[in-house]
Amino acid sequence: MQLVLEKRAERSTKIAILSPLLAIALTLVTMSILFAILGKNPIAALYVYFVEPLTDSFTLMEIAVKATPLVMIAVGLSLCYLANVWNIGAEGQFIMGAVCGSYLAVVTNGTGAGPWVLPAMLVMGAAGGALWAMIPALCKVRYGANEILTSLMLVYVADLIMDYLVRGPWRDPKGMNFPTTASFDPVATVPTLFETGRLHWGAIVALIVVALAAVMLGRTIKGFEIRVVGAAPRAARFAGFSSDRLVLFTFAVSGALAGLAGIIEVAGPVGVLQPGISPGYGFTAIIVAFLGRLNPVGILIAGLFLALTFIGGEGAQISMKIPLDLTKVFQGILLFYVLACDSLILYRIRLIATPKKAIHGTA
Amino acid sequence: MGLLEAIIISVIAASTPLLLAAAGELVVERSGVLNLGTEGMMIMGAACGFAGAYLTGSTFVGALFGIAAGAALSLVFAALTLGLAVNQVAAGLALTILGIGLSGLIGAGFVGERITPAPRLYIPLLTDLPIVGKILFGQDGFVYFSIALVATIWWFLYRTRAGLVLRAVGDSHTSAHALGYPVLKIRLLAVLFGGGCAGLGGAFLPLAYTPFFIPGMTAGRGWIALALVVFSSWMPGRLVAGAYLFGAVTILQLHAQAFGLGIPSQLMSALPYLATVIVLVLISRARGSAGSVAPASLGIVFVPDR
Amino acid sequence: MKKLMMTVAAAALAIAATGSSASAAEKLKVGFIYLGPIGDLGWTYRHEVGRQEMVKELGDKIETTYLENVNEGPDSERSIEQLARTGHQLIFTTSFGYMDPTLKVAKKYPKIMFEHATGFKSAPNMGTYSGKFYEGRYIQGVIAGKMSKKGVLGYIGSFPIPEVISGINATILGAQTVNPDIKIKIIWVNTWFDPGKEADAAKALIDQGADIIMQHTDSPAAVQVAAQRGVLAFGQDSDMIKFGPKIQLTSIIDNWGPYYTRQAKAMLDGAWKAGDTWDGLKEKMVVMAPYTNMPDDVKALAEKTEAAIVAGTLHPFKCPVLGQDGKPVECKGGAALDAGQILGMNFYVKGVDDKIPGK
Repeated sequence: MQLVLEKRAERSTKIAILSPLLAIALTLVTMSILFAILGKNPIAALYVYFVEPLTDSFTLMEIAVKATPLVMIAVGLSLCYLANVWNIGAEGQFIMGAVCGSYLAVVTNGTGAGPWVLPAMLVMGAAGGALWAMIPALCKVRYGANEILTSLMLVYVADLIMDYLVRGPWRDPKGMNFPTTASFDPVATVPTLFETGRLHWGAIVALIVVALAAVMLGRTIKGFEIRVVGAAPRAARFAGFSSDRLVLFTFAVSGALAGLAGIIEVAGPVGVLQPGISPGYGFTAIIVAFLGRLNPVGILIAGLFLALTFIGGEGAQISMKIPLDLTKVFQGILLFYVLACDSLILYRIRLIATPKKAIHGTA
Repeated sequence: MGLLEAIIISVIAASTPLLLAAAGELVVERSGVLNLGTEGMMIMGAACGFAGAYLTGSTFVGALFGIAAGAALSLVFAALTLGLAVNQVAAGLALTILGIGLSGLIGAGFVGERITPAPRLYIPLLTDLPIVGKILFGQDGFVYFSIALVATIWWFLYRTRAGLVLRAVGDSHTSAHALGYPVLKIRLLAVLFGGGCAGLGGAFLPLAYTPFFIPGMTAGRGWIALALVVFSSWMPGRLVAGAYLFGAVTILQLHAQAFGLGIPSQLMSALPYLATVIVLVLISRARGSAGSVAPASLGIVFVPDR
Repeated sequence: MKKLMMTVAAAALAIAATGSSASAAEKLKVGFIYLGPIGDLGWTYRHEVGRQEMVKELGDKIETTYLENVNEGPDSERSIEQLARTGHQLIFTTSFGYMDPTLKVAKKYPKIMFEHATGFKSAPNMGTYSGKFYEGRYIQGVIAGKMSKKGVLGYIGSFPIPEVISGINATILGAQTVNPDIKIKIIWVNTWFDPGKEADAAKALIDQGADIIMQHTDSPAAVQVAAQRGVLAFGQDSDMIKFGPKIQLTSIIDNWGPYYTRQAKAMLDGAWKAGDTWDGLKEKMVVMAPYTNMPDDVKALAEKTEAAIVAGTLHPFKCPVLGQDGKPVECKGGAALDAGQILGMNFYVKGVDDKIPGK
């Protein structure tokens, strides 16, 4: 007897809805056991992780703040992945977006420049991210260099460029030589939505991005092209779609979105350019993209959900002294369950009698 | 000891963990599976390897612990990607998060402890030879093992029937399946092998390189190992060259600084990454438009239909 | 609406959290924000040791919480505010990058007291504190000058920030008092924390002729390499004698415990005031590990130097301080450089044959 997967004739809508719930249930069971072993009250711990952050306006806003860059980057990446283009360097594009946008904030600092600064910063941020993404895209199209490697390597380079700038030319002259630019002027800052809390207009931008991506993928030729090239490259060639052009397009869009997320993060919650502006957003967003099943709305939900576990994990450190490493284990297990349960949408598990023989029989 | 000799020894040591982990990943990817969880498996190997060596006092047992830890973590990955046909990129990244968390929990009890580093080979006369003596005959066991490992992988992939089958599985799982080869079983073995190698590469750090454990001490080496596999265009010989090239640029930039050349240190630190990109572009360009040499089924899930 | 939600939350938490007791409310809650993992053996580890010493000292009068691995970018403000919102009345933020976020939260919560390490911005409810680590560096320089046979010191830098630059300068000034021709080789690794890279840097320095290794990075890797190569070295942040019993000369120990205890006590007594604490060897915020692996005369000299710094008769940056061009730098503090010049130091003194990166 053996368990095997069997492809379903079509996606199961029922399981598509049930799968996340099943995943959460399984996580709850696993973590309850783990918490009990470690001597923590499992019910209290799970409450702190999943429910408590949802019961308060401060933490709700913080979830949205945390999810904003993740969602924006992940939407861009999902376009790449749908088209079978493997951009894993969004972290670098995020940083270069932040750097290029910050350039304006640094040169206009204290000059009393008008309200054009912020919009121009956003444009430059998006352009910076897109240009940085063009390097691996062009290397792939022109020379056939693998984009996984080049985009990943450029993350480290981007990080060091930013490091050089904030420790050298862009350093705040009044900052005692510490590695940070001067605090951005109000005209160079993304305004918050409410008087209290850090929720900023970037969250609205993220929602617009989600909506635009959903429309593009579902209703435009370009969206169709992306899906065809990804799913059936040969058919796409027959249809006259150029895969090179699509590599450039998807890299440009995902780079621009990552760059926009970068400059919004720097001009919003952080307020200065300094080392460590990204706690690995570009990499976490890859998980968000897949958790959201490469679907813009799914990504929105996945981003909010992952943000919830970050905020919940912090609450767990405070109120229950649960170590951060345990939160990471928790996130890892949760991701595994979600991914595993999602596979049931496309496949069903069947109990088969001695399938081994069948395979060997054909050999 | 001359400067050149010293630099070469440092380069070999810096390259060895990368080579070990990358060699395993090369086999995994040759079988058509992309496991991005190398960093997570390496840090687990580091934590468990140190724990093993500390508790038993034996580097060898520590290395075995490291291999076992890496393989155990890769089993989780295999269950998901092979058993449940989960997307490999996402599962690999989730594996990294899990590995970092678990290693922190396991290693917490060992922070601040120290062990005796792995002994270095010493053969009278041979090790004392000028220039080449220490380089060829004065390394620790990991270094020799890493070279032997890559040689064995080369022999396995190109000179054995099993290796041929593994490559066939990676190039077209549907054809391999049609021919009756147990695709998932072969991939499972490859993934476990890759996990063991990554675990050993991680264990090298606390067992031989810097004999203590600190959370996160792999510091991104798993990602470099992944990049090296692509860099090598999935060929074991080039993998050795790539690993040593990366190690060499890393070490040489430190020496360039100590000479006081006055170049921005960030530029120096960026050199290994830039060099990798540039060399890759040159190689790809020389190859012309022959197309990618990646295993054709790399990263694509496979569900046997009967 | 918010109030309703909080009531519901509180009720639910009361049901759920059976573990926490009601008496916790009367204790002083002290929170810490850490940059690294508590097991980094370096900077964060020393703050954690300080916290533990405070807990040991004050026992059940206080309750402490820490958040580790808090990113200096977008996360820190939330993390600090989370502590502020959960009843912590005194919050220590232990890295330079937390300065602006701490200030923002401090303005929002005027009744909660904040202490920020190594920064320069403050508020009525936000004090700053840091150690005069350069004092220890000066002593190390004196020892290194005496002990180095080749007259070449190897220095592993993390990032060229003023604290590290002033450490390099203090080292060379100390060394010049016993060996005017002393040379220093500097390698920047651009990380606080990558044991492998720190080890590589130490090897490179030794290979290029340095016979004393000193570091401004966090892990014991450099000491370990020096031990393997049989080269003398200094520890950093904590006593690293365990990693190089035959080669560690001494180590600069960050000793935060007494300060944390003092500030928490002040809170308990209602006497806390936002201060600008910059303590050194005298106040024991900076402590030297035992002087080992050196002849008695060097040890005596080191002890004499330390005593002079404690007594205030010796200042590592006493004027005139010569810049690289050999001209004395402006002396704003009368007899020695003033605090601002040291805390914002961005030049090498005469004798350092190198260039500050990015300058």
